Amino acid sequence: MQTLKDRACIVGVGETAYTRGSGKSVLRLVLEAARYAIADAGLQPHDIDGLVLSAHYVNQEQLAANLGIPDLRYATTVQMGGASPVAALQSAAMAVACGLATHVLIPFGWNGFSETPVKRRSSGGKTYSLRPPENAMTASVRNYYAPYGAVAPMHYYAWLATRHRQLYGTTDEQMAAVALACREHAQHNPKAYMYGRPLTLEDYLNSPILATPFRVLDCCLETDGACAVVVTSAERARDLPHDPVYIMGIAEGHPLPADDLANRADPFAIGLSYAAPKAFAMAGVSPRDIDFVEIYDCFTYVVLLQLEALGFCRRGEAGPFAAEGRLRIDGDLPCNTHGGLLSEAHVWGLNHVVEATRQLRHEAPLQVRDCELGLVTGWGDFGDGSLVILRR
Amino acid sequence: MGEYGKPLPRGEGYHGDFYRFCKQHELRFQRCADCQAWRHPPRECCPHCGAFAWRWEQVSGKGQVYSWTVVQRALHPAFAEDVPYAVVIVELAEGVRLVSRVLDLPPQELRLGLPVEVVFVDVTPEVTLPMFRPCR
Repeated sequence: MQTLKDRACIVGVGETAYTRGSGKSVLRLVLEAARYAIADAGLQPHDIDGLVLSAHYVNQEQLAANLGIPDLRYATTVQMGGASPVAALQSAAMAVACGLATHVLIPFGWNGFSETPVKRRSSGGKTYSLRPPENAMTASVRNYYAPYGAVAPMHYYAWLATRHRQLYGTTDEQMAAVALACREHAQHNPKAYMYGRPLTLEDYLNSPILATPFRVLDCCLETDGACAVVVTSAERARDLPHDPVYIMGIAEGHPLPADDLANRADPFAIGLSYAAPKAFAMAGVSPRDIDFVEIYDCFTYVVLLQLEALGFCRRGEAGPFAAEGRLRIDGDLPCNTHGGLLSEAHVWGLNHVVEATRQLRHEAPLQVRDCELGLVTGWGDFGDGSLVILRR
Repeated sequence: MGEYGKPLPRGEGYHGDFYRFCKQHELRFQRCADCQAWRHPPRECCPHCGAFAWRWEQVSGKGQVYSWTVVQRALHPAFAEDVPYAVVIVELAEGVRLVSRVLDLPPQELRLGLPVEVVFVDVTPEVTLPMFRPCR
């Protein structure tokens, strides 16, 4: 069977500034990032003939009309929350490998700070972006979680973290190691929202607990901003200006059931648990071959959970793994080299894809020396997962 | 008495059936009529054997604590009066798990496997929420 291995490449990346208060519509942010990515690929907007979107904030009609795409041949939307952008790469790779499209744009942006539900309430509901539709997951929250006071992802993932801590002894200091590595890396990235604001363990431990075991500094940033990447076939990529970054292995996975975190036979069997073996098999590599990772870090503990699901360590061992400093730039598995969602910006992890691409082009601000292979994950909703293994 | 400001279950479809039993102070879950597997939240058919036939069957109401989080800062204004409060996953003896609260227990005394039993709390004239307390 022919797989997607090495058949598609990332050839362009771009992003807006990461701010709190963009003063722009989400569509405007996405269009700006898209233009940067398209220019980075050495292309023009009218060269784009495929669009893979994530979630609901902008739609394909708006983008095609604003970019002046004359022949949109392939357009689809992935609905996996924060796992969407990496899963979107899979859809784009399929499209270019099958010849359904030549240059596929994967954009994502939002006003994740200035248009959150809380801010929207205080601004009288004024917003320029589309509202999320109801789905099976929001039905679980509305009917079974929220009446008891569990109203946000922090609360739902805290159930996993608490059980992990009770069973395996995972500690505050081990979760802190994730936050500290991200913040340290962000000090080398002028685009990072937390650039120039270093963090100590003491700062971390002094930050208030929101919902056990999560402190403020276990939680990702809320920022406004957008990213975009352009995917094309390996053949076409050779004619474009940058060294292509090859999609070597890619997969998505969904826990069962995906719409309820409480009723899973194994609560730590997340989407990534199913997806990771497939992506490693496609790429023909193992975790020990990977030079760096960009892990979807909505919360510190969720990084630990994913490291175990990916096979970088056994269940229960991710805490000590992080605490040994292995996720730092000088460790053997540098993680979130741009600062991640915790310290660069929250762009649903498409910023992780942008960073991994720059690492593999060897043009990142904090470069992993001589890196050849990088791995990026997405995590969304109640543990949907996606991952891509990229090579230069 | 202030107005009840916390989120209430919307109660459409089978979710409404679940809460109608709660209002009668009965904790019932779907149980497959063929393979007898319990399930929650409600589904159209059995994910184990595929059967469409099922019934709402009453459970013992006894279970144990499976996990929890202690919320110390309310993210919804109506819960500000409750902090700190623990939102707990309870695994019922029949195997289904329910998100709920454990009453009459300081959050720091929560532990995995703590035996609990259901109590019904009529939070509004229309809505009853199943909650739990430590087994006596």
